[in-house]
Amino acid sequence: MSIRLGGIIFGLAIAGILVLWSLVPGVKNYAFGPPAEVQPATVFYEHGEGPEGGYAFDGPLGRWDYAQLQRGYQVYKEVCSACHSLKFVSFRNLAQLGYTEAEVDAEAASWTVPGIDPQTGETTTRPGEPTDHFPSPYPNAIAAAAANNNAIPPDLSLITKARHGGARYVYSILTGYGEPDPALAKKVGFETPTGLYFNKHFPNVNIAMPPPLVLDGQVSYADGTKATIPQMATDVSAFLTWTAEPSLVARRQTGWFVIGFLLFATALAFLSYKQIWAGMKPKKK
Amino acid sequence: MSFAWAKHYEPKTPLTKWLDEKLPLPRLVYNAVGAGYPVPRNLNYMWNFGVLAGFFLVVQIVTGVVLAMHYAANSQVAFATVEHLMRDVNWGWALRYAHANGASFFFIVVYLHIFRGLFYSSYKAPREMIWLLGVVIFLLMMATAFMGYVLPWGQMSYWGAQVITGLFSAIPLVGEPIQHWILGGFAPDNAALNRFFSLHFLLPFVIAGVVILHIWALHIPGSSNPTGVEVKSESDTVPFHPYYTAKDGFGLGVALIFFATMVFFLPNYLGHPDNYIEANPLSTPAHIVPEWYFWPFYAILRAFTGDLTIPFTGITLIPAKLLGVIAMFGSILLWFFLPWLDKSPVRSGHYRPLFNKFFWFGLIPTMAVLFYCGGAPAEEPYVMISQVATAYYFLHFLVILPIVSQIEVPKPLPFSITEAVLGTDKPGSTSGAGGIAPETVVGDLPGSTPEGTPQPAE
Repeated sequence: MSIRLGGIIFGLAIAGILVLWSLVPGVKNYAFGPPAEVQPATVFYEHGEGPEGGYAFDGPLGRWDYAQLQRGYQVYKEVCSACHSLKFVSFRNLAQLGYTEAEVDAEAASWTVPGIDPQTGETTTRPGEPTDHFPSPYPNAIAAAAANNNAIPPDLSLITKARHGGARYVYSILTGYGEPDPALAKKVGFETPTGLYFNKHFPNVNIAMPPPLVLDGQVSYADGTKATIPQMATDVSAFLTWTAEPSLVARRQTGWFVIGFLLFATALAFLSYKQIWAGMKPKKK
Repeated sequence: MSFAWAKHYEPKTPLTKWLDEKLPLPRLVYNAVGAGYPVPRNLNYMWNFGVLAGFFLVVQIVTGVVLAMHYAANSQVAFATVEHLMRDVNWGWALRYAHANGASFFFIVVYLHIFRGLFYSSYKAPREMIWLLGVVIFLLMMATAFMGYVLPWGQMSYWGAQVITGLFSAIPLVGEPIQHWILGGFAPDNAALNRFFSLHFLLPFVIAGVVILHIWALHIPGSSNPTGVEVKSESDTVPFHPYYTAKDGFGLGVALIFFATMVFFLPNYLGHPDNYIEANPLSTPAHIVPEWYFWPFYAILRAFTGDLTIPFTGITLIPAKLLGVIAMFGSILLWFFLPWLDKSPVRSGHYRPLFNKFFWFGLIPTMAVLFYCGGAPAEEPYVMISQVATAYYFLHFLVILPIVSQIEVPKPLPFSITEAVLGTDKPGSTSGAGGIAPETVVGDLPGSTPEGTPQPAE
């Protein structure tokens, strides 16, 4: 009895404190307090939907489009890598994009990576080898911030896993630059701060990254595909999906096999359950 | 073991005879989950989740031990070793996704197991100890899951550690020293990561130990059942093996299909994208949210927005943060008192009309609302909604449940489990058609000794 009495007292007390000291002031403030400020982000932000037609790897049966991944790699190499590192990916991983061993060697050698001089022991640079990771464009975070108006360009290895929307987010950012509607901007008193760029798909619409893809034909694709801005954005976002999760397609293929086996095993388990229990339950009336 | 008619283990081969004399391990298994354990014949699918919880504990331990072989608990390299595991270790991605989603599935099945216990009042005498040990397991699981989430050293890991250890700083006077002692510093860093890894490795084995006690305590009164009427005779039970091993096998298959779907097709759905950004003490994420299984309790924590003050004096008695911490821990710790708060002699919610209404239209919607609000940003109207739900949560367990159990008139119970299943028990043993008046059953329910009451194990 005393436990129940104590429980009732404690329950009433905590609910009473909650209602009188938290809920009532909260409701009062919500109803009569000053209205919340309008954030420019909520006026200009538009959710990006990604490229028309989607990606080859979409859906449970999706596959890599290797030509697309190779084009995306080219966009990364010629545009993004000026500022963004790709530190969790090695050159040897490029073999998964359909490059031959010789092509991977050549590709690795086309990058300059930090090294140690074997004679003097001093730090130097050397051509990359397949076992090397992609080099970072800046020696450290302070150098990165100093070169980029105090914003550190994020590493891109995991970018499509580290943002809501994944590849579609990356595509939207790359294609979301422009100017805010001048009439609307005037109305809410919005101005893009100096050193930042307006991007309607970036959560607070002011992004530190200057528009990276500005011209059609900025990259000359080796396979002859026309390099429009949406095409380059699609290709590089597909490539960054692969860098974030090289096992994506293999994972789903394994999944189909595992689930197929489990469906079969579970059906057998169900039949044996029914057989063992036969006669234990009355027939339904 | 627990009933007179339980089958006895008989070793047949010379090897098993020899083993039975030296170390009767097969006998133990036979009596625990074999033909030697008589179980009520009317268990529904809600009774599958105990075995499933045990299964997912094993999954977590096995995948976790292998993951630990490729992981380094050092704040400089932890994030990179996880990426090494995902990219360079054969089947590393499968192991890690199985472990991350295995934690979620462990919580799903445990929540369903607790839900079963709440609806069928499995916590009542003579099964209080099973319930108390279960609450201990749940608390250990929460601690283990929290520390495991810190290990990848992503943004949510780091800021989650900051927020959760910050709870201890709400304790008056000694709060901040305690927080610094737990973290081994003023903020989460290498010291915190190292000790969390050590404890994350240790606690699953502590859980396994308490699970053994949980099952041991279960085998003394035997399993409860959906009618809540105790086992009276042999016709009320079936041997665990093969009847429930077969049923659990089917349940396991269904659970694994859902599990494999998450692991292979939506492995990051239950996670948070911010945790793929390496921990950065200088950049706070916009919304710090814990994993989904903590959301209801996180909503309770955040519901307290105002300090408890003496009106018109400005004197603060208890700051809002401390109120939130008390309420959050209290919301789970009150489960320890449940067997004594709910004194209704009838167990099953099916035979308790008033309890049934409060359960389905009060507690279940409240938990859903708390779950939703815990994952939402701390803005209106979510804060007000979670305040109402939090108030109901405490009123439900601490006020409504004791009063309902006092004033409720239960429905007639079946005479026995056999009657509930077959519509009739041995001819002559039931006087009237259907059930008997609840008052007569009420007397011998909580652990007294009518015929068929379990004898304690030797």
